[in-house]
Amino acid sequence: MAARKPVDAGVKDARVGSPTHGGVLECRDLHKRFGDVEAVRGVSLQIAAGETYGLLGPNGAGKTTTISMACGLLEADRGEVIVAGRPLTTRSVAAKAAIGYVPQELAIYPDLSARENLGFFARLYGLPAAAATARVEEVLAVIGLAERAREPTKNFSGGMQRRLNIGIGLLHRPQLLILDEPTVGVDPQSRNAILESVEALSAEGMAVLYTTHYMEEAERLCDRIGIVDLGELKAEGTRAELVALVGEHDRVALEGTGDLEAAARACKSLSSVRAASVQDGGIQLIVDSARSVLPELLRTATDAGVAVSSVEVDEPDLETVFLHLTGKALRD
Amino acid sequence: MRAALLIAGKDLRQRLRDRSALLGSIVVPLVLASIFGLIFHNAIGGRLTFKLGLVDQDRGPAAQAFVTEALAPLERSGLIAVRREPTLSAARSATEQSKVSATFVLPAGLSAAIGHGHPSTLRVLGNVDATIDTQVAQSIAQSYAERIDTVRIASAATGATAIGLAQVAAVPSPISIADSSTKSRQLDAGTFYAAGMAVFFLFFTVQFGISSILEERRDGTLARMLVAPIHAGAILAGKLLTSLALGFASMGVLAIATHFLLSAHWGNVLGVTVLIASGVLAATCVMALVATLARTPDQAQSSQAMVALVLGMLGGTFFPVAQAGGLLATLSLATPQAWFLRGIENMTGGAGPGAVLGPVAAILAFAAVTGALAFMRAGRLMAR
Repeated sequence: MAARKPVDAGVKDARVGSPTHGGVLECRDLHKRFGDVEAVRGVSLQIAAGETYGLLGPNGAGKTTTISMACGLLEADRGEVIVAGRPLTTRSVAAKAAIGYVPQELAIYPDLSARENLGFFARLYGLPAAAATARVEEVLAVIGLAERAREPTKNFSGGMQRRLNIGIGLLHRPQLLILDEPTVGVDPQSRNAILESVEALSAEGMAVLYTTHYMEEAERLCDRIGIVDLGELKAEGTRAELVALVGEHDRVALEGTGDLEAAARACKSLSSVRAASVQDGGIQLIVDSARSVLPELLRTATDAGVAVSSVEVDEPDLETVFLHLTGKALRD
Repeated sequence: MRAALLIAGKDLRQRLRDRSALLGSIVVPLVLASIFGLIFHNAIGGRLTFKLGLVDQDRGPAAQAFVTEALAPLERSGLIAVRREPTLSAARSATEQSKVSATFVLPAGLSAAIGHGHPSTLRVLGNVDATIDTQVAQSIAQSYAERIDTVRIASAATGATAIGLAQVAAVPSPISIADSSTKSRQLDAGTFYAAGMAVFFLFFTVQFGISSILEERRDGTLARMLVAPIHAGAILAGKLLTSLALGFASMGVLAIATHFLLSAHWGNVLGVTVLIASGVLAATCVMALVATLARTPDQAQSSQAMVALVLGMLGGTFFPVAQAGGLLATLSLATPQAWFLRGIENMTGGAGPGAVLGPVAAILAFAAVTGALAFMRAGRLMAR
């Protein structure tokens, strides 16, 4: 079993500036046991305002147990949770006000309308009646249900119910939004809408804790990712940092006509190119970051007299990282 | 408290949209109370008059004594109404056509046979569809025969050879009609079934509140509430408020409806209100305790239904089991329903609210014990 390999616990989000002191969410050495099963073993993480943190791991890895403790739904056996500077337990009231929670399963009242569902939770989160009414209308517009706000939600499609499920978590403008696998069982269109919503919320400065076992979601949404398996945080960092951690590099294949050997030599002289060779009528390159170096590679190859006809980029993904860290595939 | 009211308001809104809830809480008890009230009107506290026929083929002093000493007192009490038939065939016809339920046939020579100590037969013709009425008639005839036997034995002991009919008349009647104190506190059928059905279905009505915690746990909305900035106790309080509101509304509507529709006499308004309030509280606590023993909503609902049914039957909401006496009557006191009905009984005849204090105390004791146990186990309901 691999030991936890922290990469950079203090990584900051380039889009939103520096995190607040101590972060919006701090989990310190969380442990949770259910009978003989130790579901969470010493998980620590920190999320700053405007940062989206992904907990990536297979089913049963301990993601849901971790976020249940992070939102005050479950008491940790050991360790502590700090939300917006306040310690959080299952009995905390003030700290919970900073949290918006979107559970994995739909958690709405099917015999109430969308407006009634939102109205109930808005009041429960302490919004005064007038403010709640106004905020409900805002959220209905955001989640695209304003036109059908009066219908019982049991008449809604699965995607509409999912959107409402997320909308409830946004009512009180939380500092921290916790989403537990919100796209499980969702059609591609609704899934994309959910991911766009999360991106928008993060851009607004909300701290987001997002659990998923979909690698592509974690790569798209998350500024930092924690790899979880068997209740342990195996590693965390940006995607690039995680990839670097396991010693994997991007691969670029250029195809074209001209002096391929000269072009390969020219490319190899670039600082971010680790290796270059001519194979199968093309140039095979190993680089640090394909996306950033690609324009320079193309220019260099062209200057060396190669007419490039196709480019193929192969970036090591989180699946590779996960396999490296845990010895098994993400969807095992 | 604000959060509890919000949760109760949401729950009540959901409940009011469920038409089956309205049926179970109001309509079904009302319909059943009406049906049972009509069926058992004569059996439970209703004005009971047996229509009996009489064919006097003897026309002698023994027949006269039977009429004046055995039948007349019962007729005056209103228990029986006697219709004289001229002939045996007319009597048969009247009995078969249910004009009377049973007919006494006093045979010719009855007086002479009694006077000389010879055997004779006092027959009862009964309608096959009126077995109770026929048994009543047979009992009256039997009691008269026993009086004659008493006199006959006494005469033999004193060496007399013949029985004087005056002696027969002098023997006290074994059948006496008296208005006892318990009689005055017995409910009429309409009131009995109105109160019985109301308190029986009350236990089904209040089960929604607490068991809905299990439903919310299953549906994920409980987790959502537990993450909200409210105390977990507010959720429990909201559910209890829901049960209390539903129970009180159901009982109130049924009391008013049965008063006007079934002429049920619930008694003093303050006394009834206190009794209903205590009954609703006890029902809520009992059902809450049962819910805390269940793992799923389905388990809770089936367990609660079984408990409500057993307590209801034992508590005498369908039949006045307390009148059966013995172990059953004693066991019935272990139910809030029995005490509720006793409270209503205590108020018949114009008694004030003080008449319900004893039953209310007993019902509150149920509420205290079951409520305390439910409270101790409530955390289990909230656990994920």
